[in-house]
Amino acid sequence: MNSSSGKSYMSTASSSVIWKAGGDVVADQFPAGLRVLVVDDDPTCLMILEKMLKACQYNVTKCNRAETALSMLRENRNGFDIVISDVHMPDMDGFKLLEHIGLEMDLPVIMMSADDGKNVVMKGVTHGACDYLIKPVRIEALKNIWQHVVRKRKNEWKDFEQSGSVEEGDRQPKQSEDADYSSSANEGNWKSSKRRKDDEDENDERDDTSTLKKPRVVWSVELHQQFVAAVNQLGIEKAVPKKILELMNVPGLTRENVASHLQKYRLYLRRLSGVSQHPSNLNNSFMNPQDATFGPLDLQALAATGQLPAQSLATLQAAGLGRSTAKSGIPIPLVDQRNIFSFENPKLRFGEAQQHVNNNKQMNLLHGIPTTMEPKQLASLHHTAQSMGNMNMPVLSHGSQSSQNNPLLMQMAQPQARGQMLNDSTVGLAPRLLSPMGQPMLSNGMATNVSPRNGVPENIRAPSYNPVSQTSSMLNFPMNHTSELPGNSFPLVSTPGISSLAPKVAFQEDVNSEIKGSVGFMPSYDIFNDLNQHKPQNWELQNVGMMFNTSQHSNSLQGNLDHTQSVLVQQGFSSGQNRNSTVISKAMFSAGDSTGHVNAQNGNQHLNSLLVDNTVRVKSERVADAAPANLYPDHFGQEDLMSALLKQVGSFFSLYDTDGDIILLILTSKFPIFLQQDVITPAENNDFDFDGYSIDNIPV
Amino acid sequence: MDRNRLHNQVASMRRSLFDQGYLDDQFIQLEELQDDTNPNFVQEVVTLFYNDSARLIQNIEQALNSSPIDFCKLDDYMHQFKGSSSSIGAKKVTNECTAFREYCNAENAEGCIRSFQQVKQEYAILKRKLEVYLQTVRQASQTA
Repeated sequence: MNSSSGKSYMSTASSSVIWKAGGDVVADQFPAGLRVLVVDDDPTCLMILEKMLKACQYNVTKCNRAETALSMLRENRNGFDIVISDVHMPDMDGFKLLEHIGLEMDLPVIMMSADDGKNVVMKGVTHGACDYLIKPVRIEALKNIWQHVVRKRKNEWKDFEQSGSVEEGDRQPKQSEDADYSSSANEGNWKSSKRRKDDEDENDERDDTSTLKKPRVVWSVELHQQFVAAVNQLGIEKAVPKKILELMNVPGLTRENVASHLQKYRLYLRRLSGVSQHPSNLNNSFMNPQDATFGPLDLQALAATGQLPAQSLATLQAAGLGRSTAKSGIPIPLVDQRNIFSFENPKLRFGEAQQHVNNNKQMNLLHGIPTTMEPKQLASLHHTAQSMGNMNMPVLSHGSQSSQNNPLLMQMAQPQARGQMLNDSTVGLAPRLLSPMGQPMLSNGMATNVSPRNGVPENIRAPSYNPVSQTSSMLNFPMNHTSELPGNSFPLVSTPGISSLAPKVAFQEDVNSEIKGSVGFMPSYDIFNDLNQHKPQNWELQNVGMMFNTSQHSNSLQGNLDHTQSVLVQQGFSSGQNRNSTVISKAMFSAGDSTGHVNAQNGNQHLNSLLVDNTVRVKSERVADAAPANLYPDHFGQEDLMSALLKQVGSFFSLYDTDGDIILLILTSKFPIFLQQDVITPAENNDFDFDGYSIDNIPV
Repeated sequence: MDRNRLHNQVASMRRSLFDQGYLDDQFIQLEELQDDTNPNFVQEVVTLFYNDSARLIQNIEQALNSSPIDFCKLDDYMHQFKGSSSSIGAKKVTNECTAFREYCNAENAEGCIRSFQQVKQEYAILKRKLEVYLQTVRQASQTA
């Protein structure tokens, strides 16, 4: 067992790698090396426990006095993952020790005693013990203690990510949710892969509340399905995180995890319902870096799902986004700074985008990224775009920083492009988006986040729906200009502002790492894994990238969505003129590894120098005809999401970070998405061809 | 032959310890923990138990002899003792401890004293048996 005292026994890198590898690997290795502190005044018991724990491959430290244990813990806060303590001890009551540990170190504590009286057990529960073992303890009982560590981390992560997002914000617009909700419910497609557990295991890092290293919750298909089922059961109006959490009854899931997911989901639903596009601008607010919270997103999502009528969208936006100065009609405050780039929440975004991109009106949504999305396809995108306007961005990170993995925020590609937005203003906005980020798109505001988690939200799996169109904004920021991506060859045409971003996005390894951080994925669940498993649907990337420059090329990228490491999607979309396919100028995708083969089919001409080659593999997936219902980007198996998303939009690119998390998902709509104002033309392309590049090198 | 004989002896002794209820499943857990890295684990644990529990026994004796009897403390000691004995799989000893605690809860001094006698008796019997058994095991492993 590895003993890494003083630090999580799984190094971040390894854990993330393992994590995403698909679960199996991780699971196998995971509990090994768990750092356990066992406290018992009985030397016989202590000896036996120590031996048993060692047999479980844990890293054991034994202690026969509570005081000693406390001081050890205090000296080395991050030195242990879990504490097992006897109830009866001479120098200090075990429950008292439990309290101390809970308050000071917030570690999971397991109580043990020969006493199995209900009262004592209850006391353990009320004092916050995560488990209670009756002596004599058998080795089998110790084998599973790692679950408590994982669970706790998940919860902590959730808290962490929740802190930044506005989960409450999205509660407000419930009104339109119902309709959407039911439709979307997703049950559908999410495949269930139970990687969650495995993923969680991996992340057994010690969480410092102050750090961003929180376990990532990967919203696997299965988990998302449970979520959706819970939401449906409660009714969208009444679906509050706490209740959802209870219904889901998933160990290790925290309310915060659920809340953030719910936020995204709502956005998604909105999108699905077809948010009407607002002519306004989204541009402006698009980048609100500061605003991150999901609140805005939610609106968008709602709008998207339900086609939010313009005014509602506006309202929503105002509400949520509100914060942003609404420069434009639609405040796109959604763009959470962090989120903007955090693709993590792609899911949400996509869902929304999906919805209806149609409204071109919405163009504004896409700030900065003038994308034109055909009504249908873009509808959703638009929606999202609209509402999101910035949503794109925020979508990504919704979770504040680390947001979940759904990097799919790409959604940002807002469909807005449709027309209005594309203007400069949008473009202009784009930079904004970027700017906040210092880091890869993932989080705008969160730039800071970039760190700990890897950029790639694994979860992104969810078919990030981000309508790629939006993403284009993100990625494409540079779209307008072919900015040079520093770092990544992201040739996205990007606006100046964006370019800076782009590089980040590009996920080249470095980017990825950044993304990683920001995205803050939860270690658990690797959606990607799920997706992979499920299998790549063939997604064609229809219009990846919103930015189109007039030429449209449809590129279809076929790829499997597997966890690819980093997918950098750049797309250069050709402007609407061509309808047919928005060309993605460059899609850099890192398709992940294994299956990711991305076949970029046609060359896209426009790809401006985008480079796809490196590091990024694009997985373009085409959404099959699956019902978009589950566009919920969040975690659902990417495939599902993607399919849903793609259906709406056509294809998407997903950006994965080195961990294989999707950090950005760009949905491409059937219509070209133009970033530039003149480009907007909702091309009626029905099939997008996306030029994707297959990137062989998988960055990582 | 000697080795076989010893092994057979070990096997039959072991079987009888279980059959007669002196040891339970927990003892098997200990045996399973024994491996090459720790070839005498069982022996070590048993030795540790007996050394440590001697202390507890003494405490209980004292508490029983004191007047008035502090049943709380008594219960506490016995609780510890029980935890220890159960962790090595000393079935009969543990059962006697349970009986003792019942008397203790009832604050039945007489009952406690009598029960404690039982505890001590079982404790001693097991100790002897384990000593012999483990010794045979050692011999068998040496000749193996």
